[in-house]
Amino acid sequence: MAERMQFEYNVDGGNFTRAGFASSEIKKILKKLNVDIGIVKRTVVATYEGEVNIVAHAYSGTIYVDIDTERIRINLKDEGPGIPDIDQAMEEGYSTASSQVREMGFGAGMGLPNMKKNADEMHITSEVDKGTEVEIVMFLNNKE
Amino acid sequence: MVKFFHHALKFRKDVCIGCSHCMNECPTQAIRIHGGKAELTDNRCIDCGKCYMVCPVGAIIVEADDLSRIFDYTHRVALIPNILLGQFPEGVSISQICSVLMEAGFTHIFEVEHGTRVLEDAMTKMMEEKELPRPLISTFCPAIVRLIQVRFPMFTDNLMLLKAPLDIAAMYYRRKLEEEGISPEDTGVFYITPCAAKIAAIKSPVGEESSPITGVINMDFIYNKIYTKVKQGLSGKGSCCLPAMQPLQPEEMVWSLTEGEAARMPGRTLAIDEVSNVIEFLEKMENEEISDIDFLELRACDQSCAGGILTSGNRFFTVERLRKRAEEAARGNDSMIYDTAGDSIRDHFDYLNEHLKVTQIKPRAMDKLDEDMEQAMLKMRKVQEIMKDLPYVDCGICGSPTCNSLAEDIVQGKAHVNQCIYVQKRWEQEGKLQPKESMEILKEIWGEDKF
Ligand SMILES: Nc1ncnc2c1ncn2[C@@H]1O[C@H](COP(=O)(O)OP(=O)(O)OP(=O)(O)O)[C@@H](O)[C@H]1O
Ligand code: SF4
Ligand code: SF4
Ligand SMILES: [Mg+2]
Repeated sequence: MAERMQFEYNVDGGNFTRAGFASSEIKKILKKLNVDIGIVKRTVVATYEGEVNIVAHAYSGTIYVDIDTERIRINLKDEGPGIPDIDQAMEEGYSTASSQVREMGFGAGMGLPNMKKNADEMHITSEVDKGTEVEIVMFLNNKE
Repeated sequence: MVKFFHHALKFRKDVCIGCSHCMNECPTQAIRIHGGKAELTDNRCIDCGKCYMVCPVGAIIVEADDLSRIFDYTHRVALIPNILLGQFPEGVSISQICSVLMEAGFTHIFEVEHGTRVLEDAMTKMMEEKELPRPLISTFCPAIVRLIQVRFPMFTDNLMLLKAPLDIAAMYYRRKLEEEGISPEDTGVFYITPCAAKIAAIKSPVGEESSPITGVINMDFIYNKIYTKVKQGLSGKGSCCLPAMQPLQPEEMVWSLTEGEAARMPGRTLAIDEVSNVIEFLEKMENEEISDIDFLELRACDQSCAGGILTSGNRFFTVERLRKRAEEAARGNDSMIYDTAGDSIRDHFDYLNEHLKVTQIKPRAMDKLDEDMEQAMLKMRKVQEIMKDLPYVDCGICGSPTCNSLAEDIVQGKAHVNQCIYVQKRWEQEGKLQPKESMEILKEIWGEDKF
């Protein structure tokens, strides 16, 4: 059977000090696994945006990482307000971030579009008042 | 594994007392203790010199060239960085310093910082190229270049592929002498270095074919030579033998200090010195937590080259003196004797510009557990398994700097889990290990004489 590894990280809503911790850990793992640095770079960008979205917009969440030699699959799942209109949320510049969040340098409405740009595949599902699930997939064998 | 780099730092086994200070200080975890001695993993070392600074017995030496080597050449150029001038207290004048160098046998003296003007032009041009990645990172400090290659391979594309001021200064001086009719074989260009990283870079240039620099002399050696002579009043009285110097601009004089480059680059720039500060910052940048920076000046030593490991003066005074010199120069009172009529580096900008570029700087990632991803995954799983038995104390008694580095060493077949003192105690308790055996293990790591 092909090797496969899984990891899990908890993310607290509202804790900006720790935002980026999970992406950083994932980066370290991918470097140790000798994943192509270009792919590591794109994975970190996408995961970081997703992680910050949980911190900024949701109450709490978990990031599930699943790696095999073919692909990296990252699932960012949260409990939170959910996204009423996903197409709108995906638009560049659309943001509901509070002024407080904007003061911290977030809230340009570029996170989700940036995730899409960097991931090979991205799927979002969301239920209002329950939560959001974003899945990104990165292919490791030059399927860009 | 392939040997990547030449290292200027050498560990003397006969002097080393196996105290592990160096192991605990090394920012890339390049050092292990075995048989009571420090052992270096070549591929990880970036020549920052942190280990050299903390070794209590001088077991780490910096291998430079012998001063007598200059006499292999009829034309002997001393390439001096401004930092050398900043080593000495007020009373010692620049002309005194230069006369001692001439008495030591040099025939020409040239300040490295002359290489910064043409470099600044080239850097500014690069900053205007929109398609280049951001931030662009200066390649001025060779330890930083190596740090990026081994620990932050993601940013090798951000490195400005340009030579350092000392290479440019050397190229110019060689050409000038050649134009004066001196055969290149008769010219020896010797750099007086404040750090080990520059030596390593000269002996095995990263991304360059060969270096225009013939040899390297340690700054602390020259410092002692100069200071002794000056103190004894034996020198520096007459400036009879002083060569003509070309004037330096104030901003060129402070190029090697922190902010020296950042202050000259357009856009949002940042200057960070000291290797752990740099690592902290690059990690954040790698995590995407930092963006919108156009230019990064990174230096491995605190206070940049003023804090080089081969300097003798206090780094803060050195900075103060050099800034003062620049201020004085800005007011038009530099104490150097200048020859403005002769050949100037500015007359050779076209030539230097053509030879300024460095070929690609390749990543040399050292974090990977294996080339093959599947193997790497198997090894990572083993590391996780081993970590369950280790205490996360990072005590270093096993001879590796951290529990995790021991686990990785084990997986790579370079260590055994019974090197961990906690594991030993547990195994003794369980009857799996005799006290005599665990003593043997400790002796193997720390040496017979420690017990
Ligand atoms: N996990 C989430 N839970 C709830 N709403 C979300 C979540 N992620 C995104 N959103 C909604 O989608 C909008 C757009 O997200 P996006 O990441 O593109 O921009 P942003 O987070 O507002 O700003 P930026 O990411 O540029 O700092 C957000 O303003 C928010 O309303
Ligand atoms: S020079 Fe720096 S990187 Fe090399 S062994 Fe010493 S501390 Fe480690
Ligand atoms: S600091 Fe390192 S090289 Fe120096 S004595 Fe201690 S173990 Fe040996
Ligand atoms: Mg966002």
